[in-house]
Amino acid sequence: MDQQVVSPETATIRSAVENPKITSKEVCVFYGAKQALFDVNLDIPRFAVTSLIGPSGCGKSTYLRCFNRMNDTIQIARVTGEIKIDDQDIYDPDLDVVELRARVGMVFQKPNPFPKSIFENVAYGPRIHGLVKDKTDLEELVATSLERAGLWGEVKDRIHEPGTGLSGGQQQRLCIARAIATKPDIILMDEPCSALDPIATAKVEELMMELCENYTIVIVTHSMAQAQRVSQKTAFFHIGYMVEYGDTKQIFEDPQDKRTQDYIFGRFG
Amino acid sequence: MTDNSEPQPAATHDWTSGAARRRVRRRYAADRRLQFYGIAAIGTAMALLGILFSSLIYAGYAAFTTTKVELGVFLDPEKIDKDNIRSANFRKMVRDSFLSYFPEVQNRTEKRNLSKIMSSGADYIVRDYVVRNPDKIGERIKISVPVSDPFDQLYKRIIPREIEALSSDRILLYQQLEHRGVLSVQDGVGVAKTTLFVDPAQVPKDGGVEAADYQRIIDEGFRSFFLSEPSLSYREILSPKAAEALKKKVVADPQLVGKTIEVDLPLSANYDNLLQKGEAKIRNPRFRSDKEFAWFDSLIQRGLISTPFTWELFFNADSRFPELAGLAGALSGSFLALLVCFLLSFPIGIATATYLEEFAPKNRITDLIEVNINNLAAVPSVVFGLLGLALFLNTFGMPRSAPLVGGMVLALMTLPTIIVATRAALKSVPPSIREAALGVGASKHQVMLHHVLPLAMPGILTGTIIGLAQALGETAPLLLIGMNAFIPSVENIGLTQPATALPTQIFSWADSPERGFVSRTSAAIIVLLGFLVLMNLLAVYLRRRFEKKW
Amino acid sequence: MLSYLLLALLAVTFAAYFAGVTKARSFAAAPGYSSQHSLSGYHGAFVAAWAGIPSFLLVLLWLLFQGPVIDSLLVSSLPPDRVKGLDIGQLNLLLSEIKSVARGNIFGEPDAVVLAGAERYNSWSTIALWAMIASALSLSVAALFIARSKLAPRFRARNQVERITSALMIVCSLIAILTTIGIVASLLYETLRFFSMVSPAQFLFGLNWEPQIAMREDQVTSGGAFGAIPVYVGTLLIAFIAMLVATPIGLFSAVYLTEYASSGMRAVVKPLLEILAGIPTVVYGFFAVLTVAPAMREFGEFLGFAIAPNSALAAGAVMGIMLIPFISSLSDDALAAVPQSLRDGSYGLGATKGETITKVLLPAALPGIMGGILLAVSRAIGETMIVVMAAGIIAALTLNPFEPVTTVTVQIVTLLIGDTEFDNPKTLAAFALGLVLFLVTLCLNVIALSIVRKYREQYD
Repeated sequence: MDQQVVSPETATIRSAVENPKITSKEVCVFYGAKQALFDVNLDIPRFAVTSLIGPSGCGKSTYLRCFNRMNDTIQIARVTGEIKIDDQDIYDPDLDVVELRARVGMVFQKPNPFPKSIFENVAYGPRIHGLVKDKTDLEELVATSLERAGLWGEVKDRIHEPGTGLSGGQQQRLCIARAIATKPDIILMDEPCSALDPIATAKVEELMMELCENYTIVIVTHSMAQAQRVSQKTAFFHIGYMVEYGDTKQIFEDPQDKRTQDYIFGRFG
Repeated sequence: MTDNSEPQPAATHDWTSGAARRRVRRRYAADRRLQFYGIAAIGTAMALLGILFSSLIYAGYAAFTTTKVELGVFLDPEKIDKDNIRSANFRKMVRDSFLSYFPEVQNRTEKRNLSKIMSSGADYIVRDYVVRNPDKIGERIKISVPVSDPFDQLYKRIIPREIEALSSDRILLYQQLEHRGVLSVQDGVGVAKTTLFVDPAQVPKDGGVEAADYQRIIDEGFRSFFLSEPSLSYREILSPKAAEALKKKVVADPQLVGKTIEVDLPLSANYDNLLQKGEAKIRNPRFRSDKEFAWFDSLIQRGLISTPFTWELFFNADSRFPELAGLAGALSGSFLALLVCFLLSFPIGIATATYLEEFAPKNRITDLIEVNINNLAAVPSVVFGLLGLALFLNTFGMPRSAPLVGGMVLALMTLPTIIVATRAALKSVPPSIREAALGVGASKHQVMLHHVLPLAMPGILTGTIIGLAQALGETAPLLLIGMNAFIPSVENIGLTQPATALPTQIFSWADSPERGFVSRTSAAIIVLLGFLVLMNLLAVYLRRRFEKKW
Repeated sequence: MLSYLLLALLAVTFAAYFAGVTKARSFAAAPGYSSQHSLSGYHGAFVAAWAGIPSFLLVLLWLLFQGPVIDSLLVSSLPPDRVKGLDIGQLNLLLSEIKSVARGNIFGEPDAVVLAGAERYNSWSTIALWAMIASALSLSVAALFIARSKLAPRFRARNQVERITSALMIVCSLIAILTTIGIVASLLYETLRFFSMVSPAQFLFGLNWEPQIAMREDQVTSGGAFGAIPVYVGTLLIAFIAMLVATPIGLFSAVYLTEYASSGMRAVVKPLLEILAGIPTVVYGFFAVLTVAPAMREFGEFLGFAIAPNSALAAGAVMGIMLIPFISSLSDDALAAVPQSLRDGSYGLGATKGETITKVLLPAALPGIMGGILLAVSRAIGETMIVVMAAGIIAALTLNPFEPVTTVTVQIVTLLIGDTEFDNPKTLAAFALGLVLFLVTLCLNVIALSIVRKYREQYD
């Protein structure tokens, strides 16, 4: 279903997918005078999990944070190039970043529940965006979101207790529920399992695979095993360049680029 | 609720609907509102800072110059005993030489008023000059002495010659009359057209019209203009002669008794001025007569008045007369107290901090010490004053008002600051230095003394200076141990002598009623703030100059 | 005389140092010398420490106890019929009369007892002074020789000196505890004396505070003069007004500075706020009298009602200005301590900056901010100079901010300024107020600091 043009010399790779959810062209990111990302071209398919892998400092998280313009919160960061979601340029000055972030949910590396109750954590997004009409709607939405995040069964009796009292894996699933509650169509996950134990990781991974039926998921991960387990597409990043992009199976079994091979087969990183 | 758990298609919210757009706009408006509150808060704080400084400078700048009058004094060798200069009657000498500018003034009272243009301390200034320059005896010297406070203020245009005679509410009464159109000028006299009922009840049976209470009649009639006014304050609008004028009228025509008549009543002087000249002024009550202005103007015309820089502010001790009062006593007292404070708190602070940071075992006693240090930092300063009063003065019997005791109290207050700063500085010295020194066989004390403390010294000094700057501004504890003594001379200063300090001097001057002390106080505050700025700049300099990033 | 003694002791100490150093240097020349344990300087320091420190402590203790000892000697030497029936106050008066005569300040015709007492006092003082000089110097010199005789090549002078240094450091550390003990003891002692004259219930709950009246002998115990409730109410009223001014301004400034402001603006505004924090309170007091109070009175006149020149409003408002930087910097710390991940979490959900601040950051930083506000309240209650200069002296029981009220600190200062007699309830009342003030601010500080510490741990 896709073709890729792999040119090992340059990092400008055009990876086309049919009817992509997100397209990016020549995306560069600068932190002050330092360039962190060089001309990334990438199309991300809808209703699938796409993994961004690569050694530390390769720019994969920086790239991920372009999709919901989280880089805006860093004063010295500057993004050039074009990123479109559903054919809409998200760096269009007329576009409202608040709306964008509601539609593009994000889950962070470390679980970061607000120091409030579980209910308040999930209800926060819908409340500020005005997604529900009344309290009943809100309760329903919170329940649905927790249900989808696979947490409802575990917390339904203590939904008004602090979210910070949950275990690490539960906290991360709470953060996923919190992201789902704003009714996004894309969920970005920045190494969502790096702070979790294996059992909690398995649960979150299972959840990702379920969620990709309804959401487009982009995940940054350190763990190649995880990328293999959960994603359909994988992109490999290396010191600011997107080196190779393709079906997960192909990337892991038959990498084209020398650098990808070195990384996958454990010669560096 | 769980029955609703079928996966739904994502994104059911329509972001393009009008309601959603409005909601987003509202949310951004709320965000901007919060930003506005923040800017308003910062703006308020900055404005208050600006008002504080500008009002101090506005009130204080005048005190940095002194209005002086030049005198030509003949130091008559017959009247000044070379061996006992102080016993000579300089008062008369100075007064005579000043009065000689106005030979036409002969009246005793006028002479006294005239000589009051000069500061009462003028004779001491001449005396001290002669004491310093005994060889000038027999010569005629030119010497400038300060003028007294009202003339100093007058020359600097801080107080006017004339002030408004009428307060704002009195002018309001006047405006009510004006509004009714009853005021006019007749034959050069301001009058108010008033309707009066010449009440027969006010005319005594046996006395006839001559003896009637006309003031009462006027009051009754005039009140109709000010029905809402509770007091009789409107009375003074009319001249005291109004009753006389009415009486004349009624006596001339007794038929008027029992009738309602319309009369023009003359206004009192201030209101008459207001009507005819548009303003009502009287002489500033600080001056006794208009003649004083004439004398002073003549001094100005003759070029005898000058306004040199007030060195006296720094070199004079305190005085009851604002034009003579200076900060020398306060500066020396503050210096001595700070010296004691430094000598005590610096070594004790470093020793405590070093012990706690480097040597102390972690146990309940060291915990207790830490808790104590933290709490002492937050104890109100007045409580330290109580401690000094009860313990140092009452129990130990140390001298009252002494810089020694002041310095001891300030040292106790400064200790926590120095300890905290020293500990931070010690912490910032990397362990590698310690390890290196220990590795070549230095004892722990040697490591501290030879390596860690020298490296931490800039930080320690910075903290110490900041602590001393705080101590310099402390007032309440010094008040309680009496370090607000009146020190009219700097001859007798010492650690155990009564003294005053800069902030307590400010407090005493702020309490003084003379107008001139307002600007003296502000000037003293400017001096105090100047010292604080210098100390803080020094601290910043030390930090910048010696700051090491490890 | 005392300073000469101290100089002499210093000289002996220096001499001791050189005596130690010379002796240590001579070891190498002696037969059978192998090596020296410590550097010669340590030998010198060892001798110097023994020569200097004990004699210095002796002088200090002597000075502490000389006064009371001579006083009691003097009292016991006075003829019994003269002393009989005198209470402590009159006795102290007699003693101070004797001392003032002894110093040569003779007013009027002192009686024979006083003159004889003064003579004895003078001779005893002289004896005590010379005894002190003799014993201090001989102790110093004796210690010098004993310590010097201990020196030997293998003598561990460095270890000894380091032990002395450690002991000195421990003594210095104990000063913090001693200060607290001194504060509590002196406040408690004077307060208990006060409560022996005025009942605690009356002091704590009485509604009438007129301490100046109590100067008249017949009214010392007649009721109602030491009821401190109006003073507490005035203190709280002014502190409340101050917090009303300082909290919003300080908090909003902190929010803007940490979350919105550019680094350039922070670099300008923060030092300016620090200037506000560094201004001595006596300056704020004068500012209140010079500018704020007249402005308020005129504003009140303009609106048609009277604001007293020393109204609670003026004093409280100026105190509020003083507290702005305090609240702002503590709130700043609290907001900065909220981890970035919470901000990211909120922005990631599409919250605006304002929503992130009001719904996530402020609730998360609330304990820290509350701790800061409590510390500020404690400061407001203990602040002295602003209220001494700008608030009233008469204790009126009112909550009207336009009227003058008085505060605990104002009363302490007005009761103690000028000459103080420690046997007068008027003076002692100040210490009772001081004790209340100390305890209240201590509680507030302990609570606030523990809140702040817990809060820091939460995010560390």
